[in-house]
Amino acid sequence: MAQSESAQAPQLLPPRRSRGRRSSLFSWRARDQAVFALAWITGIGLCLVVAAIVLLFATKGFDYLRPDLLFSRPSAAVNQAQSGGFLDPIEGTVMLGILGLAIAAPLGVITAVWVVEYGRPRWLSRIVESAVEVIAGTPDVVLAIFGLALFELGIFAPLSFSSPGGAFGRSFLTSGIIVSAVAIPSVYTATRNGLIATPRQLREASYALGKTRIATIRRVVLPAVRRDIATGATLGLGRIIGDTAIVILLLGATLRTQTESGTPLLGLLRGTGSTLTSYIYNNSPSGEGNAPNKAYAAAAFLLLLILLLNWGVGRIGRIGGPPIHEERRLGA
Amino acid sequence: MLDRIRRPWSDRRAELVLGAAACLLAIGIVTMIVFVVRGAWPTFSHDGFSWLGSHGSVDSRIGAMQNTSANPAASAYQIGIWPLIYGTLLSAGLAVALALAVALAASIFIVDFAPPAVRRTMTPVIRLLAAVPSVLYGLIGVLLLVPFTNHLVTQQQKASVAYVIQLSGGGVAVVVLLLAVMITPIMTALITDALESVPRPWREGAIALGLNPLRATLAVSVRAIRPAIVGAVGLATARAIGEAIVVSMASGGASFSPNPTDGVVFWFEPFETAASTIVRNADGLSAPVLHSTLYAIAALLLFSSFMLSLAAYLVKLPLRRYQVSN
Repeated sequence: MAQSESAQAPQLLPPRRSRGRRSSLFSWRARDQAVFALAWITGIGLCLVVAAIVLLFATKGFDYLRPDLLFSRPSAAVNQAQSGGFLDPIEGTVMLGILGLAIAAPLGVITAVWVVEYGRPRWLSRIVESAVEVIAGTPDVVLAIFGLALFELGIFAPLSFSSPGGAFGRSFLTSGIIVSAVAIPSVYTATRNGLIATPRQLREASYALGKTRIATIRRVVLPAVRRDIATGATLGLGRIIGDTAIVILLLGATLRTQTESGTPLLGLLRGTGSTLTSYIYNNSPSGEGNAPNKAYAAAAFLLLLILLLNWGVGRIGRIGGPPIHEERRLGA
Repeated sequence: MLDRIRRPWSDRRAELVLGAAACLLAIGIVTMIVFVVRGAWPTFSHDGFSWLGSHGSVDSRIGAMQNTSANPAASAYQIGIWPLIYGTLLSAGLAVALALAVALAASIFIVDFAPPAVRRTMTPVIRLLAAVPSVLYGLIGVLLLVPFTNHLVTQQQKASVAYVIQLSGGGVAVVVLLLAVMITPIMTALITDALESVPRPWREGAIALGLNPLRATLAVSVRAIRPAIVGAVGLATARAIGEAIVVSMASGGASFSPNPTDGVVFWFEPFETAASTIVRNADGLSAPVLHSTLYAIAALLLFSSFMLSLAAYLVKLPLRRYQVSN
C-alpha cells in the first residue's frame, strides 16, 4: 500500500508518512507479528464493544421506549403496564444537572483562573491543585455519605425537609451541592489546560493597553478559553447526570418528586425526587421496582442524552474556526 | 453595595476574592475528612482496628446492627470487614490488570499504527465509552450477563459449593468484566496522551538503529512513559475501588470471599466491596451502630483514595523533570 501511494503523489510525501512502514511487516519476527495483530484486534475490539452497547440500548429502546413514557408520571404498581412513565426522573435529571453545573462551573473556572493567573502564595496554590485531584479521586459514595452527615446538621435545615430534631438532609439542593463535586475536576482541568495554552502575547497586549490584570482576565483571557470552559462544563454535566450513588443516598430516590412545601420553586428544591439513573437502578432486579422493560427504556433515553452531550462536546471544539491554541486529542 | 461590586475591581481585591473561592475546595476536603471520621468514631473507639479483620459473616453482622437500640453495647460494634476489603482488592485488581493490557495495546495501536481514518473514529468512540454512566453497565450486567453466566454454571458446580454459598450467576467474572470496560477508556486516554508526548526523534532513532516499528514503540516510547502508565493505573484503581453501583447490581449480593482454589467456580462466586456495601445498606443509616460502621467503611475508602492520589503524584514527579507529558 505504501508503494502505490507514493507512486501517485511522490511530491506530497510529508516526513510523517514513512512512520511504521519502513520495514515490511512480513520480515518481522513471528512474536512481533502476533503482538502487532493483537494491537489491531484490541483497537477494533474496543470500537465493537461501544457499538454493541449502543446497539443493545438502541434495540431495547426501540422495543420499550414509547413517547407516553416520557410524559407520564411514575406510580407504584407491581405490573409493568401500570407503573407509569418517567417524567419525574427526567425532571429530576434536568434539575440536578442545572443545580450541579451552576455550582461547579463558576467554582471550577475561578479555581483554575486563580491557580494559573495568580497562584500566590505558591504553597497555597499547590494545596488547591491537589485538592482538585483528591476530589477527582474520591468515590461518589463517600461524597454522598459525607453530604448526608453534613446536611443533617441543624444549621442546614433550610436546605431540606426538617423537623424539630434536625434536618432530613436529602433534597435537590443538598444533592446539587454535593453532585457539583463530580463535575468540578472536569471544568477545572479543561479551563486550566486552556489557560496554560493561551499565548502570553495576548495578555501582554492587553497590559500594554493599560488594562489591569483582572480586567485582562475578564475581557481577554476568559473569552479566549470560552471553548475549553464549555467543553469542561459539558463533560462535567455528563458526569452529573450519570451519577447514581449520590442520587440514591442524598436525593432520596423517591418514586415521584416530592415538594417540601407549597412555595413554588423553593418547595421543589427543598423536596426529594429521583433522576433517570436512580430510576434505572430501582427498576432493575437490584432495586425494589423490578421492571426491566422500564429500566431498559429509561436507560436508552439516558444513553441518548449522553450521546447528545458527547456530540455537543465535539461540536463545541469546532465552533468559530481553528482554536487559538492546540487542543489535546483525548484529554481526560 | 451593588455599585461597589460593579465598579472595576482592583487587582488586589480580585486576587483575594478569587483565592478565597479557590480555597473553598481545600476547605471542603478538610470538612469531608472531619465529618466522615466523626461519623465513624464510635466504631473506631469501640473496636480499634480489629473491625478491619475477619469476624464471622459480614451480612449477618450488618443484619444484626440494623436492629440495635439507641444505646448499644460495645459488643454491637463488632464486625470484621475483611471479606469486603478482599472483594474490593480482588475485583479492582483483576479489572485493572485486564484493562491495562487492553488500554496499552489500544493506545499503541492508536498512536503508532492506526491509519488516520481509524484513528479519527476511535477518538470519539473512546470518549463515548468513558461517558457511559455506570448504572448502564450495571443494567447490562444484571439483565444480560448474570442470566447468561447463571446458564453457564452447571448444577454440579452449584452443588459443589452449596454448603457455603448459593451461586446465582452474578460474581467475580461479571463484575471484573464490567469494571474493566468502565476503566479501559480512562486508561487509554491517559496512556495515549503520554505516548503522543514522547518526542518523535526518540522513536525514530530506534527505528534508524534497525528496530522494527513495534519494537521501537515498546523499547522507547512505552519505556519512556512508564511513570504515566503507573499514574493511569492509580487513577483507574481509584475508580474501580470506588465504583459502588456496578458492583452492587452485578456481584451476586452476598459478602462471600471467593476462593481461587475452587477452580472455575471461583469466577461465579458472589462478593461485596466496601463501596457497594454502603449503597446497599443506605436505608439502614438511621440505626446508630450501622451508621458508624458504614462511615468507618467510607473513611477506609477515603483513606485509600488519598493514598492512590499521593502515589500517582509521586510517581509522576520524574516525568515532569524530563518535560514528557504534564
